[in-house]
Amino acid sequence: MQDNMSKLSDIATDSTLSPAQKAHFLSLEAENMLPYPALDTATAAALEERVICDMYEGHAPYRPRYVLPDYSVVLSRGSDYLELPVPETLDEAVNTLMIAYHHVPSITGMPVYIGQLDDLLLPFCDGVTDDELYRKIRLFWRYLDRTLPDAFMHANIGPTDNRVARTILRVDAELKQTAPNLTFLYDPDVSSDDILAIATRNIVECSKPHIANHPLHAATFDERGYGIVSCYNVLPIAGGASTLTRVNLKEVALRAADEADFFDNVLPQYLELNFRLAESRIDYLFNESNFFSSFLVEEGWIEQDRFTAMYGVFAMAEAVNTLQAKERREGSYGFDPVANDLGLKISRFVAEAVQQRPMQDVWRDRAMLHSQAGLSVDVGVTPGIRIPYGTEPDPVTHIEALAAHHEYYHSGISEILTFDETIRNNPEAMLQLCKGAFACGFREFTANVASNDLVRVTGFMVRLSDIKKFNENQGSRTNTTVLGAEAADIVGILERRPRVVGNELYPGYGQ
Amino acid sequence: MNSTPGTVSKILNYSCVDGPGNRLVVFLQGCNFNCQACHNPHTIGQCNHCGDCIPACHVDALSMVDGRVVFDPEHCDQCDACLDACPIDANPMVSDHTVADILALLHKHKPFLNGITVSGGEPTQQLKFVIDLFAAIKAAPELQEITCFIDSNGHLGASGWEKLLPVTDGVMLDIKAFSQQLHGAMTGKSNHRSLRSAQILRAAGKLHEIRFLLVPGKTDTDEELNQLAEFLGELGDDVQLRLNAFQHHGVRDAARQWEKMSEEGVSLAAERLRAAGISNVVTPAVYV
Repeated sequence: MQDNMSKLSDIATDSTLSPAQKAHFLSLEAENMLPYPALDTATAAALEERVICDMYEGHAPYRPRYVLPDYSVVLSRGSDYLELPVPETLDEAVNTLMIAYHHVPSITGMPVYIGQLDDLLLPFCDGVTDDELYRKIRLFWRYLDRTLPDAFMHANIGPTDNRVARTILRVDAELKQTAPNLTFLYDPDVSSDDILAIATRNIVECSKPHIANHPLHAATFDERGYGIVSCYNVLPIAGGASTLTRVNLKEVALRAADEADFFDNVLPQYLELNFRLAESRIDYLFNESNFFSSFLVEEGWIEQDRFTAMYGVFAMAEAVNTLQAKERREGSYGFDPVANDLGLKISRFVAEAVQQRPMQDVWRDRAMLHSQAGLSVDVGVTPGIRIPYGTEPDPVTHIEALAAHHEYYHSGISEILTFDETIRNNPEAMLQLCKGAFACGFREFTANVASNDLVRVTGFMVRLSDIKKFNENQGSRTNTTVLGAEAADIVGILERRPRVVGNELYPGYGQ
Repeated sequence: MNSTPGTVSKILNYSCVDGPGNRLVVFLQGCNFNCQACHNPHTIGQCNHCGDCIPACHVDALSMVDGRVVFDPEHCDQCDACLDACPIDANPMVSDHTVADILALLHKHKPFLNGITVSGGEPTQQLKFVIDLFAAIKAAPELQEITCFIDSNGHLGASGWEKLLPVTDGVMLDIKAFSQQLHGAMTGKSNHRSLRSAQILRAAGKLHEIRFLLVPGKTDTDEELNQLAEFLGELGDDVQLRLNAFQHHGVRDAARQWEKMSEEGVSLAAERLRAAGISNVVTPAVYV
């Protein structure tokens, strides 16, 4: 208890945190003074050894990890609870959303999903001139970045080519803010070549938007649709994800004698423990926390039975290389066909296990597989199924090496392609690579241009110039994936936390 | 496909600096210029099998078999020590590729590609191979969207272009210098044929861009820039001009003594050319 008290005191008196940031960390510490939801011995031991991981979500899951409200509900019916009338003008619609966002919880306390903005706002745009629309969106964007400063907050647009989507892309490229994150849903049969070209030019400008393969995702979900939130998690609208638990494939591989032992014994054992970890947390959320008595359920923004369990894997590269060594094979993940086939076999094996394992209080009774992008405390492991930082082959080889995995990762596969800045003079190349990736079965296309000020670190956005302020040596870095690998170092470098952060990435105070 | 194979120095699946969009690039070995500023001089010569490179290889990927240097790509770790050891700016790692080999690569990577570019060396030195390759691409129904580009020094004569252009979509043409004396000193050849090629390509509608390498004190002088502006003015002032900045990466010792071209220097030259009426000037995205 003395330790706890001094940690609380450290937070309360910290010279670098704002009062709101202090309140956030204090609440995390208080939550973690509660006992953990009941776990059996084997699951508790695997969690303790971090072979499986709860993303440090906290001891008392009193809200789902990710909530994706159907915002069309509040825009079409208003809200009794929030005393909001039905909006009739664009200003009223934007104002209603601005209010709504502050009542949407998530693991970080910030909304991770702010809606399919073009679908939501287009009905209010009749009679609004292009210039008015531009000025209103610009103010809206500034508001979002300044009042909800979390880089995991995510807006979606597309697949149609429309005024709102175009205006958002224009404003996003002009302002180059870290928040909100943005995804364009691309459908070759619906989206125009023009708007895809604008989106890829934006990537060259500011490493946003993320581009999603809409037909592939749409087929995975139902008619209510899906949203892409936070760091590329694909989840049902009017629901979300109760929890995300993940398996460290490297740690599993280290515990196996050889490849056969890995598939026959060790991997199935830890996969099961990761299911149990999720179940225990979901049980608390559904049966103890009273979360679903919220007005969000009562008014129909979300539905209790539309929350999935995200089933994450990471450190695929290290797992494959570990098994290759145990089998005395030389080739490494990302380059060698045998190693790549082994990686694919692992993805297929885990996907099969997820498909076969029923889960209670989970959308469609099954978890959804996710390639998990990492936390700042991950050391010596590569996010998800990515090829290790700094060793990635050229973008074409890179995409071809990983494309076959994509069909298995229904709740998202966080993949980042890094381009050197020569692509600035040739955005057409980016456009073609995006089309090529989708033709190969990629679910999503995320790109960084090495010299952009605004870059992704494991998946959320930071401004390099912010980092540079705190360490002159950082100015010479050009490969942003290296920055990602060293996310923990970066946080150390930032003596004062930036105003806009990715809260999800940090397990707690002092980490 | 019975055509002569191409002598290939390197193939890239991905390039965004060799023409419009993403392109498969085939670097053909051998050049008829000997540019002091060449940034990949190991593509200039053709191997004469002297064997001087063999002891330089630390992984035994090179050997002498029946009087010829044989390269084993399986063992190569791409340290490039053999290139440094070569006395004639050749490359023992070159390999022969047939038209069918390149077509197979195009089929494999097609969804990612806007086209193919043959570069070098000087690709028109292997004219028959390039014509056969491009003709085969044009004849393949499933490769109709692949455009065929050439990166050339323009030393090819009019009759050569006449055979090549019907199967070519665009040419990136290097002009090294305008003063005869300077061009001779920098390349070992006259620039008459390069300038003539620019006119032939423009008339055929196949001139994608002119590339001009800015070297401080040599090609960024008032005389050179004035002649460049005048030449482009006659050619058509909407011709795309790509200004490249001389850098030390890859160049041989003599040229390493030259000053590197700064971003400011390129901007100054670009401003001058734009002021002279050249509307389409592209400057580098990166300075290294």
